Amino acid sequence: MSSFSILVGKLVRSASKLRGGGSALPGLVVEKIDPDFIRRTLADLPLGVAVVSGTNGKTTTTKMVVELLESQGLKVFTNRTGSNFTRGVAAALLGEVNLRGHLDADIAVLELDEAHAVHFVKLIQPRYSLLLNVLRDQLDRFGEIDKTTRLLESIARATTETVVLNREDPRVAGIADSLNGQRAVYFGLDASLRSTFPNDDEMRGSLAEALAATQEADVVLERVSETDADFLVDGQVRTTGLKLRGVYNIFNAAAALAFARTIKGKNLDSDALFEALANVEPAFGRGESLTVNGQPLELVLVKNPSGFRLGLKSFAAHGYSTMIAINDNYADGRDMSWLWDVDFESLAEGGVDVVSGVRAYDMALRLKYDDVPVRTIEPDITDGLKRFIKDSPGVPMRIFCTYTAMLAVRRELSKITKVEVVS
Amino acid sequence: MTEDRTIKILQLYPREMNIYGDWGNVLVLKQRLKWYGYQPVVEEYNAGDEFPADVDIIVGGGGQDSGQVVIQQDLQQLAPTLQGLAEDGLPMLVICGLYQLFGRFFKTHEGALIPGIGILDMETHGGDVRLIGNVLSVSEEFGEIHGYENHSGQTFLGPGVKPLAEIRKGEGNNTKDSTEGARYKNVVASYLHGSLLPKNPAIADFLIEKAAIRKFGSFSPVPRSEEDLAELSKLSEMARQHAGQRPR
Repeated sequence: MSSFSILVGKLVRSASKLRGGGSALPGLVVEKIDPDFIRRTLADLPLGVAVVSGTNGKTTTTKMVVELLESQGLKVFTNRTGSNFTRGVAAALLGEVNLRGHLDADIAVLELDEAHAVHFVKLIQPRYSLLLNVLRDQLDRFGEIDKTTRLLESIARATTETVVLNREDPRVAGIADSLNGQRAVYFGLDASLRSTFPNDDEMRGSLAEALAATQEADVVLERVSETDADFLVDGQVRTTGLKLRGVYNIFNAAAALAFARTIKGKNLDSDALFEALANVEPAFGRGESLTVNGQPLELVLVKNPSGFRLGLKSFAAHGYSTMIAINDNYADGRDMSWLWDVDFESLAEGGVDVVSGVRAYDMALRLKYDDVPVRTIEPDITDGLKRFIKDSPGVPMRIFCTYTAMLAVRRELSKITKVEVVS
Repeated sequence: MTEDRTIKILQLYPREMNIYGDWGNVLVLKQRLKWYGYQPVVEEYNAGDEFPADVDIIVGGGGQDSGQVVIQQDLQQLAPTLQGLAEDGLPMLVICGLYQLFGRFFKTHEGALIPGIGILDMETHGGDVRLIGNVLSVSEEFGEIHGYENHSGQTFLGPGVKPLAEIRKGEGNNTKDSTEGARYKNVVASYLHGSLLPKNPAIADFLIEKAAIRKFGSFSPVPRSEEDLAELSKLSEMARQHAGQRPR
């Protein structure tokens, strides 16, 4: 039975690749004919299953964790395609298992959407979980961010050994109180950086109150610059150059370090760990740098007010052409009100060259109220992008975009330039 | 001596009740006042603060259910002040969570009773479905009102208040009738965040005009930025048109 279902799954996988279809379909087929496939395949892994969840930064953090663990000589299975539902995991497994259903890996590191993770952990208890944050880009799915917290809480409670938590996010840190025997490990920020990462309760900038850190953190991000960062680990400050851009990614690097250190435990090769971190490239659409007409073009994914604020803070506005593309499709979130909690004043001097996407006019209106000049409003992303590139000769470009807007931008860019494709 | 043209906007409980762009409503009032030649002053009131004097417009937003619990005691202490100001014709905009607490009570789904401050003749009952999505409503006073709702409380109006608008798309106050929001004196209450004022400048201008008349006896805009206002009205209209076509 199992060989049969794997064979069928692999066939569907090849067929859907030929057809250029979605990554989850073969997983769906296997789920139907062999519901125990995932559990059975992951059950034998020597280091078990490690889950990464939270509202933001899952993809990049998972990628970092995988590369950090590989630097320690571990063989890691992961769901790379970003299809982070159960059937996405099944589809990814199909590509890796042999026909007898054996997965040649030491550990599975899985990115799981918070709502789906709840079902997943009932099926397979993770040995380790990493919970990143509870930000409000999913309110139209979950209603309240307190509800999202409860979803993460159930992942933590299903974990068998260690839960790694963000000390600076009060909702995530509070999950420690609900644990039933699991060990809690924290990653955190130096006090000097806390105001740089406002959480949703501190959205009204001037009133941001830095929370006094009470828990000891395994990894603390001490300093961030555009090219490197300092992490405090084992009482020592390690300065590391980074290819990742954006301060949110670098805070997630602290999360990934703490997670990898937790999983590897003893016999950790710290030099190899930091060398691997320095070499991590951004994940699909997350702070990617491309080249168009001989000029660098950066894609910055923005999904919620904290992320957009950090995006604006991470990159100097000076010397760049700027485009903003805002869609309100289901995957972006339909509610546009979050744009009003982003402060756009840093763009006022240079202005914004093109505003695009389904909700281009909401965005333009937002910018107008912050006195930011907008040169072109073009809701159609293809036309907006063409205009943006044409109007930016000899100038580096940067595009802030929501998720589906990013997919559209990438699709158009791939006609003009080489864009990295994640298989 | 230069003429006093300051208008003081007070945002209520920005820490607990600012979950979805309520700051946008404050910003819109602030900028439009500036463009009309007034001098906006923005202040915040959080639990435990001293209530400031000479307030001209009050804006209150939505929060999580847990946020409502945090502020409820402080709000009760503030009730006489807010009631007095509302009766006196002070313009107020209350959205979602604070809209609910401006009524008589909010009875949660579990049966707990959170008392309101009774400025609005209405009551809210926690429901088992959450009403989420784009909303289009129509008001005699303000025309089409566009926004986004996200609430589980269902509000039922008493005879002492009028609805703000009638629902064309979405749910509004509850799943039983097609009303949205409430109107009483110069208080505008609504479930729509979205944010409400950017795409519905007629409501912003109503609040501004009432504030100016209450303070100075008349509304006398000195439009120093005609160009800004013209561009703004075009952008608001385009944003409204696009929002109106989006799926629920």
